[in-house]
Amino acid sequence: MIGLISYLAFFATMAGILAIAVLGLNLQWGHTGLFNGGVVAFFGAGAYGTMLLGGPPEPGQFGGFALPYVVALGGGILIAGVVAWIVGLLTLRLRHDYLAIATFGVAVAFENVTRNADWLTGGARGLRGFPRPLEAAIGDTFLYGLFFLGLVLAVLLAVYLGLERLVNSPYGRVLRAIREDEVSARSVGKNPTRLRLESFVIGSMIMGAAGGLYVSFYAFVSPQDLAPILTFQIWAMLIVGGAGNNRGAILGAFLIWGAWTLSGFALSRFAPDAMQLYTGSIQYILIGVVIVGMLMWRPQGLLPERVTKTIYQKGAKKGSVIINKEVI
Amino acid sequence: MTADAILSTSGLTRDFHSFRAVDGVSLNIRPGSITGLIGPNGAGKTTLFNMIAGALRPSSGQVFLAGAEITGLPPEALFARGLARTFQIPRPFRRMTVLENVMLAPPAQVGETIIGALFRRRALQEEESRLRDKAMAILEFMTLAGLADQPAGKISGGQMKLLELARALMGDPKVILLDEPAAGVNPSLTRILIERIEELNRKGTTFVIVEHDMDFVMRHCDPVIALAEGRIVFEGTANEARVNPLLLDAYLGASA
Ligand SMILES: Nc1ncnc2c1ncn2[C@@H]1O[C@H](COP(=O)(O)OP(=O)(O)O)[C@@H](O)[C@H]1O
Ligand SMILES: [Mg+2]
Repeated sequence: MIGLISYLAFFATMAGILAIAVLGLNLQWGHTGLFNGGVVAFFGAGAYGTMLLGGPPEPGQFGGFALPYVVALGGGILIAGVVAWIVGLLTLRLRHDYLAIATFGVAVAFENVTRNADWLTGGARGLRGFPRPLEAAIGDTFLYGLFFLGLVLAVLLAVYLGLERLVNSPYGRVLRAIREDEVSARSVGKNPTRLRLESFVIGSMIMGAAGGLYVSFYAFVSPQDLAPILTFQIWAMLIVGGAGNNRGAILGAFLIWGAWTLSGFALSRFAPDAMQLYTGSIQYILIGVVIVGMLMWRPQGLLPERVTKTIYQKGAKKGSVIINKEVI
Repeated sequence: MTADAILSTSGLTRDFHSFRAVDGVSLNIRPGSITGLIGPNGAGKTTLFNMIAGALRPSSGQVFLAGAEITGLPPEALFARGLARTFQIPRPFRRMTVLENVMLAPPAQVGETIIGALFRRRALQEEESRLRDKAMAILEFMTLAGLADQPAGKISGGQMKLLELARALMGDPKVILLDEPAAGVNPSLTRILIERIEELNRKGTTFVIVEHDMDFVMRHCDPVIALAEGRIVFEGTANEARVNPLLLDAYLGASA
């Protein structure tokens, strides 16, 4: 029983971390129409950034500043933001498919750096992390698993609430206008360059937060954690859940991560021996099939974007309530 | 440029590779006028609008708004200065409601920055209810109030043209450029559109209207400017346009 609960906690921790990244992508794609084909690079920038800042010093290795956890994680998020800002300045003028290709290229370059810049990233060996936050204080591994899940869910909730506030405000309204028609948005005075860049940087910082949580959970990071498939998984989660809908993004993360985990189990148990080497590839194909299938049959996702949703409705309700009171 | 023009251009020219779409256009728009801009397809009318509104860089020449040079300023800056435009083919924000399309237009909203959206909730809500009232009044004026909660992509093409004008009005513009507002619009919506334009005009808004419907132009526009192959070929009152043999041959005759 404890085993099952602890496994479920592990599962939910991973799904929750990925859900945070999906929320970041939802701000970029769902609300602003920015096609980020290199999600893994921003997730990775947060991951490596957190490690470098929080990890123990090692000979011949840059970083290892052993900073307090909150500072390390915050720094990782900031590093992801700076990477996004630079990439954004260089690529956001390139629209649509160009942005997708450019960000995909950034992810490939990022992976190359992690594999080869030994002094910075530890190369293929990776970086050894720091003790997980409060692990010593809590002691018991089962309890600690639950604690870390709580931490992840708290961050997920904070990100969700913050984003809901943002996208349901005039700010989100302008982002969607830019997504719908940039020329038109400019004709009514909106500056797409600034807004795109902001949305791209914030979305990427959220991905960086997910990356930072991910590596602090494993207390280790290596290029293997940042395989290109991660970008596709996160995209699949958003498309299945519903681009433009933050709840959909979270739902999609849990569903796809569940499907991924189950298919991994099933394949390792039931696939013939000769096929065992290829189970990873079969999962890749499954992800591809899910994305394409969803785009063909339900492109709006399981929880579609709602059309009317900015703040004025809440304001309106409030106002009318007050008026009613006066009338009474 | 003359001192009393609210909008003027001087030698405005635009080349697409070796093709000169607009060729040295100098014009002065009288404040408070409804100026008609006519000319056959491909004459360069939309290109001229795009240059004036900042959507397209001129190859050479200058644009002035209320005496200040605005050449090369981006469209977003011009909207804030009181120059608005609509598009020949309507460009609503399709997956947003009609009301949101209109509410988003006013520049420099409190809630349009991250800090404002997250932390200045009170100021934001006050602003939103003010904008909502203004937007609803404008939608009412444009006869679109009943569609306020519809996605803008679902309304008719004619209603989209009204919506674009409504959106423009949220910025309290001094000058509005309308690109073929009546094209493809049914007669009853066209009538509403004309009435609204004339009412706004009486209150002081200047209009420049590209229109193919000669009846529309002759009845509602004064003066009339005709473009052909990127150049101004006629400038005068509607009555002069009506009897101008050049226009009759080159344009009116062809469309009649
Ligand atoms: N972006 C462009 N690239 C190349 N040619 C263009 C472009 N925009 C317009 N043109 C050309 O410029 C000429 C004028 O076009 P336009 O201004 O749309 O005419 P009008 O609005 O008077 O019908 C046309 O011959 C058109 O093909
Ligand atoms: Mg045209």
